[in-house]
Amino acid sequence: MSTVMQPDRAPGTATTPEPAASGTRLAVRRFLRNRLAVVGLGVVVFFVLFCFAGPLVYSTDQTHTLLHQVNLAPSGAHWLGTDAVGHDELGRLMYGGKVSMTVGLAAGVLATVIGTLWGAAAGYAGGWVDAVMMRIVDAGIAIPALFILLVVSAITTPGLGGLVLILGFVSWLVPSRLVRAETLTLKNRDYVLTLRAIGGTHSRAITRHILPNSVSTIVVAATFQIADAILLVAYVSYLGLGVQPPSTDWGGMLSAGLTAAYSGYWWLILPPGLAIILVVWAFNAIGDGLRDAFDVRGRG
Amino acid sequence: MSTPTYLIRRVLQAAAVILIVTIVVFALLHALPGGPARGILGPQATAQQIAAFDHEQGLDKPLPVQYLYYLGQLAHGDLGTSYTLNEPVSQLITERLPKTLLLTVLSAVVGLLLAVPLGMWQAVRRNKPVDYVITTLSFIAYSTPVYFLGLILVLVFSQALPWFPSQAPQGHTLGEVLAYPQGLVLPVAAGAASMVAVFSRYMRAATLENLSEDYVRTARAGGSRSRAILWRHVFRNSLTPVVAMLGYYVPVLFGGALVVEQLFNYPGMGLLFWTAAQSSDYPVLLGCVLIIAVATVTGTLLADIVQRIIDPRVKAGRS
Repeated sequence: MSTVMQPDRAPGTATTPEPAASGTRLAVRRFLRNRLAVVGLGVVVFFVLFCFAGPLVYSTDQTHTLLHQVNLAPSGAHWLGTDAVGHDELGRLMYGGKVSMTVGLAAGVLATVIGTLWGAAAGYAGGWVDAVMMRIVDAGIAIPALFILLVVSAITTPGLGGLVLILGFVSWLVPSRLVRAETLTLKNRDYVLTLRAIGGTHSRAITRHILPNSVSTIVVAATFQIADAILLVAYVSYLGLGVQPPSTDWGGMLSAGLTAAYSGYWWLILPPGLAIILVVWAFNAIGDGLRDAFDVRGRG
Repeated sequence: MSTPTYLIRRVLQAAAVILIVTIVVFALLHALPGGPARGILGPQATAQQIAAFDHEQGLDKPLPVQYLYYLGQLAHGDLGTSYTLNEPVSQLITERLPKTLLLTVLSAVVGLLLAVPLGMWQAVRRNKPVDYVITTLSFIAYSTPVYFLGLILVLVFSQALPWFPSQAPQGHTLGEVLAYPQGLVLPVAAGAASMVAVFSRYMRAATLENLSEDYVRTARAGGSRSRAILWRHVFRNSLTPVVAMLGYYVPVLFGGALVVEQLFNYPGMGLLFWTAAQSSDYPVLLGCVLIIAVATVTGTLLADIVQRIIDPRVKAGRS
């Protein structure tokens, strides 16, 4: 959930994008050579299939309380046992994973979109507009997201859409810094200056030149952002702001399992915990691979 | 930019950031359902009571006036009074902040002491098995929610192996907390893990960058032993960017402390904040947010200044 794995870099470190076709093919080849990144991609594909196609094969009752089968240890009938209200844990892992990954993906993308627009606008405008916009970013970074989320949880309990919005709005700051740095180097390129000279508008310069040329930076930032958002979703459930029962996510399963930790019900803790770690790790590995493949600066 | 100009500019920037934070906190205070009056008087209060309260507290004045009044209160160290604990927020924070600082500083120190040698080791053994193993472990540590890690630590080192207590030391003062150091082991370990993950990555990258510099080649050509070059030159030069990142890491440390304190029942500001969130104790919540933001901004400022002092190459202003 931290923003720290993505240090912003001084302007001037961005590289010139290569011509689209060969550049993309080169990037794909470089990405595929990164073993960890490919494993990460495999893990994500596996979990997407597991959560979205899994319930078609392994159908379980995740809505009713089944008091005759509470806290059962793993067995042939329930591969990962059952939880405190009798839900099959393997089925729940699929059900919760759907929520975790959807919310994480949506929040990560939303954060990147907000951050991109903010950063591009600030960097392009320059001067005092830039200064004010970036001080606002500094102020946002000074308040850790978990604290804001807890304040929000004291005020209201959002639905899924609200959760995505809140998570997006607390995590757009780092991408905004990255895109701003990129914009600062791009806005003085000849093609942008030429466009301006022949009367092209600012918005055209941003949407036609600066953003397309920042695509690799943005894609890499988005990947890390998704990893962080999935982790943040897990924290949010732990803080009590997350998905409300009977729906759940991996973080909610984990915090429900915490109460049973001392009873030795390991099957309620390890599966959701490991699922979170694996998926977050996988998105980070993919981000790492993409960053190297596109040769952009991102996190260290 | 000369150093004094830089310092003045940086301090002004920090002041601006803190001012923005006060606006955000002030806005949050007024965005509360029913406003501060409803928060203090409770859901049973009548409209007249609320109007009287608002008038008494100056809440019927225009917002800018109220904001200035709020700033004036802050300038006098007045953060309001807790709804539930009936104590001034400033007093509650003064009592708990040192304990949180102890926890975060210990986590940071332990984390750095592990991360720096690990990162250097990785850089020297780049693309060897040990590099891959540490990289994988640090990504796993980074991907693990702190509360999950804390739980595993408790299950292993407190339940299975009865080495350390699962509850943090209790007590009002720092001395009382320090009198029971074995209780600090698991909370500090949980707090330090992600620190090790992040900073070993930074140290690895910084060391690699320095190892490829001309001065290393020159020193090597001059006959210096690799070990001497590594520790005498590369170590110091690589540490600089890592120190700078430490400033940016302050918010993460506080975020971690929030979870660790709740998990181990450690009587610091994180636990205070957690409890306040459960009881919608807004003055405490917003007071803590403000203090943490100030601590973060100060941390970043100090890191920038220290970096500028110890590394003469850093002259260009940070973006």
